[in-house]
Amino acid sequence: MNWVQLAYLAAALCFILALKGLSTPKYARAGNLVGAAGMALAVVTAYTTIERNGLLVLVAVAAGTAVGIPAARQVKMTAIPQMVALFNGVGGAAAALVALAEFVAVGGAGVLFAVATVLTVLIGAVSFSGSVVTFLKLQEVMTTRPVLLPAGQVLGVGVAVVSALLALAVLVTGSGPLLVLLAVAGLALGVLFVLPVGGADVPIAISLLNAFTGLAVAASGYVLGNTLLIVAGTLVGASGTILTRLMAQAMGRSLPNILFGAFKATPPGAASGEQRTVRAGTVEDVAILLGYAHSVLVVPGYGLAVAQAQHAARELAQLLESRGITVDYGIHPVAGRMPGHMNVLLAEADVPYEHLKELDDVNPGIGSVDVVLVVGANDVVNPGARDEPSSPIYGMPIFDVDRAKAVVFMKRSMRPGFAGVDNSLLYHPKTTLLFGDAKDSLTKLLAAVKQV
Amino acid sequence: MIDLLTIFVLAVFVGFEVVSKVSTILHTPLMSGANAIHGVILVGAILITGQADGGVALALGLLAVFLATVNVVGGFVVTDRMLEMFKGHKR
Repeated sequence: MNWVQLAYLAAALCFILALKGLSTPKYARAGNLVGAAGMALAVVTAYTTIERNGLLVLVAVAAGTAVGIPAARQVKMTAIPQMVALFNGVGGAAAALVALAEFVAVGGAGVLFAVATVLTVLIGAVSFSGSVVTFLKLQEVMTTRPVLLPAGQVLGVGVAVVSALLALAVLVTGSGPLLVLLAVAGLALGVLFVLPVGGADVPIAISLLNAFTGLAVAASGYVLGNTLLIVAGTLVGASGTILTRLMAQAMGRSLPNILFGAFKATPPGAASGEQRTVRAGTVEDVAILLGYAHSVLVVPGYGLAVAQAQHAARELAQLLESRGITVDYGIHPVAGRMPGHMNVLLAEADVPYEHLKELDDVNPGIGSVDVVLVVGANDVVNPGARDEPSSPIYGMPIFDVDRAKAVVFMKRSMRPGFAGVDNSLLYHPKTTLLFGDAKDSLTKLLAAVKQV
Repeated sequence: MIDLLTIFVLAVFVGFEVVSKVSTILHTPLMSGANAIHGVILVGAILITGQADGGVALALGLLAVFLATVNVVGGFVVTDRMLEMFKGHKR
């Protein structure tokens, strides 16, 4: 049976190459395909070794494919983060089920086996329910704000303690019903774990849960004595942990702060008691502002992507450029719903890559920019992240658009952004607000600029 | 058992090493790609179902196969779609 082990080794190598490829733009797509090839090899190999139920397995694989491919093909690019969360959740559930099934079939044989079973079931369940909650948050089925249950912290610790006791009880008694109870406790733990995570931090929670699922898969590798599961699961666990840390850094947040920060968050309503005035402008006002500018910076956000306004934005940029105005796009690392998400969205809309500028390219010269056009973005230009230590997003690097000569905010309403934080820039004297759907406003603006 | 532990420890280091310098642009595809890779639990699900003697174990195994397949194919396809969009915009 050596060829089986060899095939698994080849698959493991493919996974390492895939992760390596995915971290370099040049080889990313090839890397993903190498990973898929490795997966196909591993699955076919495993299939050839089974003794019975082959047909049923084929049916289940066909059903999974029939669900997975259309879901992945049809999902809008704006909805990628919640799709990833969902795929991660089913992976976690699968790991927990594998351990449960093995437990039912073989029973608790050996301490290490039992420990691995308990870990797989617990982590898999946490990952599943946690991912479902992140999905609901990103899909805006439920609020994106941190949800603070009364005595949530006590409840969380309580469930964690109960889980630990149940885990011990399963180890001692080898009882199946207790293992099921442990799974239920794990589900509750996952929910309690993600509920307090708010808005812009949700993608980081997904990344962490992704790493959890990797660990659950690795633990299930112990249960089954399968090296490929151990290697692949551990790879994902380790790389996912690093990725989670990098994402948190890109947002200027520490991980404990994200996970437990909401527990002690104070309502950011200190300034909202006073009535502050905003200046709303007309399309014509903004067109004149743009028409006489020398340099314009477009800062796109999730609102632009949702309104499918990328093409309108690009047309406007081209028109301005044809009149000798320089137009750049400022892309914040966390613009969109996930780090790197906006790059994906704008790439989809054929916005020229060389016009996409990052924070460090834009901020030093931002004082000489005549007009900043903020389209459906909010949090990434909020000066509070720089100036107000009490702000929940304090410390996140932002575009210093308040230092530009004029700011135009395109927004649908005064509703705060994804992070749920009020933005003092909206009330700034040099800010003009243009209410309305981003695509609609940009199209009107395009027509108005032609008149100027 | 020490063998399995050795493999685990080595894989931790490889995992850390492999993604330690990824740029922000690729955070989303990388997360999605790693997500697809942990769908390798499909291998475990198939093996367990292949031993199941009917009843609960079989039902659990088949459900696991189904869910893991969704994870694998969905994960790879979505990652590929994302990366396809970067095509032509790179230097």
